[in-house]
Amino acid sequence: MTTATTARPAAPPAPGRPQRHRSRRYGRAITFFVAPFGVLFLAFYLVPIGYAVWQSMLTVERDGTFGAARTVFGGFTQYQQVFQHTEFWESIGRVLLFGVVQVPVMLGLALVFALLLDSPLVKGKKFFRLAYFVPYAVPGVIAAIMWGFLYSPQLSPFTALTANVPVLGADLVLWAIANVVTWVYVGYNMLIIYSALLAIPSEVYEAAVLDGASQTRIARSIKIPMVMPAISLTAIFSIIGTLQLLAEPQVFRSFSSAVTSTFTPNMTVFTTSAVPNTSLAAAFSVVLALATFVLSFGFLKFSQRREAR
Amino acid sequence: MTTATRSPLAAVGSALVRDGSGPTAPGRSVKTPVMPRVAAMLVMAVFTVYFLLPIWWLLVAATKTRGDVLSTSPLWFADLNIVENVRDVLTYRNGLFGQWMANSALYAGVGALVATLLAAMCGYALAKYRFRGREAIFNIVLGGVLVPATALALPLFLLFSRVNLTDTYWAVLLPSVVSPFGVYLARIYAAASVPDELIEAARLDGAGEVRTFFGISSRLMTPALVTVFLFQFVAIWNNFFLPLIMLRDERKFPVTFGLYQWNTQLNQIPELNTYVLVGALLSIIPLIVAFLALQRFWRGGLGAGSVK
Repeated sequence: MTTATTARPAAPPAPGRPQRHRSRRYGRAITFFVAPFGVLFLAFYLVPIGYAVWQSMLTVERDGTFGAARTVFGGFTQYQQVFQHTEFWESIGRVLLFGVVQVPVMLGLALVFALLLDSPLVKGKKFFRLAYFVPYAVPGVIAAIMWGFLYSPQLSPFTALTANVPVLGADLVLWAIANVVTWVYVGYNMLIIYSALLAIPSEVYEAAVLDGASQTRIARSIKIPMVMPAISLTAIFSIIGTLQLLAEPQVFRSFSSAVTSTFTPNMTVFTTSAVPNTSLAAAFSVVLALATFVLSFGFLKFSQRREAR
Repeated sequence: MTTATRSPLAAVGSALVRDGSGPTAPGRSVKTPVMPRVAAMLVMAVFTVYFLLPIWWLLVAATKTRGDVLSTSPLWFADLNIVENVRDVLTYRNGLFGQWMANSALYAGVGALVATLLAAMCGYALAKYRFRGREAIFNIVLGGVLVPATALALPLFLLFSRVNLTDTYWAVLLPSVVSPFGVYLARIYAAASVPDELIEAARLDGAGEVRTFFGISSRLMTPALVTVFLFQFVAIWNNFFLPLIMLRDERKFPVTFGLYQWNTQLNQIPELNTYVLVGALLSIIPLIVAFLALQRFWRGGLGAGSVK
């Protein structure tokens, strides 16, 4: 995705006219177009990031046990705490486990549905497209509340099932949440992949069809390789989403005591900031953002290298 | 590579409305055996149940009295109590729920509208003008796409509390009007769909740059802008961390966060049970309606044929 965008040339400068001149001529218009977004992006993206880093360097000191607290520059002391904080690393491990299972399942389903929709096997494509996409219109909080009711032994209409399977117990609750996330996002990811399939010109597989290649063969040898960029993209968004999990598990705290206040990294950030220990919470945020960035960027590079081969 | 000009999210829009042109589109149909067709339809049908059953259950449950929700068949109607239920939810605590819905509409509607306008202008400039620092700006914005919004919630709270703006409408609204992804999308789309010749022609006719943008270019960008609006709308409507960390006064809550609060009190206040279900149903209707209503705008291709 980035290669295609950064390589895209802009309007070429008019022949015989130096580029610098052009830029000065429209300088005021450019400022008018760019400045509003630029200022707000600075104020609500870049400054907060810088502030979080700064805040994470601070530490609270006291003179003796009862002395007045004062905030001083502490360098990386908060980060030492971050690395010793077992709950935080447990929460990271939990969402990684969640991601390793849930993301492939979700994207696998999305790919299968997209291929089926694109094949001549399925009738009523319009209906299925819409039906599968509808859960995306349900906010994460609401989806979690709905499924929470469906799971809960006290509230569920399906008591026969929920009474016998401890869906909300310590062992299964992570996967109960995984099901909620899958339910919401499969249709959305399916449409991204499906649209990439629609963009393949039909000449590409005309020869294969004439040679009598089966649908599965066409899917495996032509379609899937051609939609790999779309799949990588959905994977990156899913990885980011997984590390940021917050709303669904936070809602599930009302239904299950197995969901602790430090169940996911973002819940740990919130719990720590409510203590209030803002410096440590800021350090958690910085580490989490870095981890997210490294993971998604690494995945991007990895998939680009594979495509290039 | 033409697919690169289609963003994944714009793709979602067009995939909803376009029809398949797979290897065996009708017209040059190749006979497929019956068994795979039956199997495929079976799979699709089973998952249709998976995706729609919870919503159907919610719809049915919202029409029942509190006793009936647990005692009658979960997937079919009992005594229809929907009117009373809705009235109860709307009048509970002086119309708190209505206030929440209005708040959500304000946060998401205004936020997404402003975000779309700003992103359109910035993305257009990045696509159509050459100036120093252009690539640098674009790369920083692109980096912003990868910064998860939740990572910003805590520092935003700390900053807003310094200027005493926490627990105000601004605290949720202001950060929502910045959409780096929107800029990315607007740039890609403007580069592909607004021809330079058209801008040149407008200049020759004496139109200023700003007027050209609002009068001509922005119209050609409509499909992308509808997509930006829609997805920013959904992002704000679904945002949880920002209200969680910013808001204390329940009259300022967006509806998702309000329902979350009710849901945490289920054990103490049993009548909230019905209210949460009815409220959940009422809260998802606007989004579904918005998606269906705006579907036709996503079709794209307005600019096709303007330069020939």
